[in-house]
Amino acid sequence: MKHTLRQVFRSGKFLFGFSIFVGLLLIVIIYPLLVPDDPLRIIGQGTFFPPGIYVNTYDSVNAATKYTLNLPEADVRRIESRLKQEDRLAMREWLTAAGIPESEIDIEDTERLLTLWNNNFDPKKSIPGMTNARRNYFIRLNNALKGLATSGDLILASKQAESGTLEETGIIKDTDYVNVSEVANVRVLVLGTDNFGRDMLTELVTATRVSLQIGFVAGLIATLIGLTLGLLAGYVGGLVDDIIMFFTNLFTVIPGFVLLILISYSIGQEQRGAFTVATVIGFTSWVWTTRAVRAQVVSLRNRDHVNLSKLSGHSIPHIILHDILPYIASYVVMALILQISSGILAEAGLSILGLGPKTTEVPTLGLMMRWAMIYQAHIQGNWWAYLPVLVTIALITFSMNLMNTGLDQVFNPALRD
Amino acid sequence: MAKRDQICLEARGLTKVFGFGRNRTVAVDHVDLTLYEGEVVSIVGESGSGKTTLAKILLGLINETEGEVYFQGKKRDIRSYRRKQEYWKNIQAIFQDPFSSYNIFNKIDTVLLDCIHMRGGRGLPHAQKVEMMAEACRFVNLKFEELTNKYPFELSGGQMQRLMIARIFLLKPKILVADEPTSMIDACSRATILDMLMQLRNEIGMTVIFITHDIGLAYYVSDTVYIMERGRFVESGSADKVILTPSHPYTKRLISDVPKIYEEWDLSTV
Repeated sequence: MKHTLRQVFRSGKFLFGFSIFVGLLLIVIIYPLLVPDDPLRIIGQGTFFPPGIYVNTYDSVNAATKYTLNLPEADVRRIESRLKQEDRLAMREWLTAAGIPESEIDIEDTERLLTLWNNNFDPKKSIPGMTNARRNYFIRLNNALKGLATSGDLILASKQAESGTLEETGIIKDTDYVNVSEVANVRVLVLGTDNFGRDMLTELVTATRVSLQIGFVAGLIATLIGLTLGLLAGYVGGLVDDIIMFFTNLFTVIPGFVLLILISYSIGQEQRGAFTVATVIGFTSWVWTTRAVRAQVVSLRNRDHVNLSKLSGHSIPHIILHDILPYIASYVVMALILQISSGILAEAGLSILGLGPKTTEVPTLGLMMRWAMIYQAHIQGNWWAYLPVLVTIALITFSMNLMNTGLDQVFNPALRD
Repeated sequence: MAKRDQICLEARGLTKVFGFGRNRTVAVDHVDLTLYEGEVVSIVGESGSGKTTLAKILLGLINETEGEVYFQGKKRDIRSYRRKQEYWKNIQAIFQDPFSSYNIFNKIDTVLLDCIHMRGGRGLPHAQKVEMMAEACRFVNLKFEELTNKYPFELSGGQMQRLMIARIFLLKPKILVADEPTSMIDACSRATILDMLMQLRNEIGMTVIFITHDIGLAYYVSDTVYIMERGRFVESGSADKVILTPSHPYTKRLISDVPKIYEEWDLSTV
């Protein structure tokens, strides 16, 4: 037994999958201890804030100390951050039309682009083939660029409560800085926010936990049913075998996912908690485990060691527990791992169809995908709303399948490469 | 010694059919067998002749399709598993392949303790159980101190088969079915194991059904010999009669197939 375990942990594939899985588990366990936020709390007003560090403007203006830094590249940076991509493309269009070789124009290098533009742009220059409206557009663009470059001081004023007049309280120069650590309210949104304005990372971690729980419950239920029925059918045989296999074949023929959809639909949105869904998934996916366990037991039950156990006076439950079960244990563990990963996938599939757990209680990976899809995150290019979820689902199933392959190679030496 | 005239086990018209339709195979075909108490009966035949199937029917491990088995004069009743457990207190077996006969998850102690428990020794003090196990191991030239807490697969094939005899020593059944107990063992250990088996038989006076494909071995150990071909007994009788004066061509062929050390090979025909 110890020897087998050592062999399992020497298998590269198993170890790789196992470490990914344990890593995910650790994140799921440790992250909520560090960030004890409610994953469903709506913090952002608006949909899909991109990932980044959010510094409170009010607090930074009112920061206790102001620092003056004279950075030569500050102006360029400022323009760079405000110069939109479409403006850059328009600038290139005019410059190439004016006869500047395309190799000299680099729209990513803001400083050079601006110098090139300022040196060459002439509103009076007529370019063949350009309409009047287009020329006016370029003139407007030129003016806007000038506006970007000039940066005056900003005056801070507060409203007097009695008279309603504005009173100047301070001036913000373009060389004023605050230290982020001195700003009272800074929020790091590593993965931005979702369509409801919830913190994606916190939600994702909780969703991973809930999805794993759903997978485990579904996998355990499916494996328990499959194991019990498989052992009964395989060992007892005869009429019991016929009846069990009749129902197993019946369920094999009906596509499991269709059954899952029908049951989930008939339960109703209000009744569907995460564990109801897990139970439903478990009760619709025991078929393959039953067939596999039965096949193994049928080949085991006529072996000599089982006969010897019978001759040693053991009862049937004892024989099943001690002479059959240990021999198929590795197989059952492998089936359990696959059931867990397919349970997670089934939940995601159900949720995307709108038949998953109800949305008000817990997030799940499938529900996050569903909302990202409904709010068209994929069309708007809000990758942070669906890509991390996809990667998490892929990582979980990938790690579990790797573990399964690793175990398979240890227990079925014929498969070793 | 046991009374030779008393019938211990009797089979009448025993038949076993596997499959149906095209795949129908008659493994055992209307076999009659009479076993007197204390004798050694050999069933000899080629592989596939139905010897092991017959043994398993007699053991009650598979059900017969037709026919009756009488145990000590009464019709054997093993319809429920509990009755079978009662029956197995009287009949035991040694299987052909020692490597697959043991549960690889059970230690040797468990194997032997099960036998003591089956003989009603569950309540005995632990020291006495250990003494019984040690005695059984001594009988088959094994040291219990070396075997305790070991797994059967850590032993050699011959040692495993000797452990199997130690089981029988503890169980003291009325009938022993030895299904080719030496065919997977090297020739040196073979004689030792056969001697142990015969010594054990003399000690506890049990009836032995010895199944083998080796007619020389059958002559060496048995009182009565049955020759089996394609599920039927083609010849039977006392060992001397069957082997020294064979009447059926199949028996003659089996005897001629036994290699003789002193036989001179005619190399010119090769």
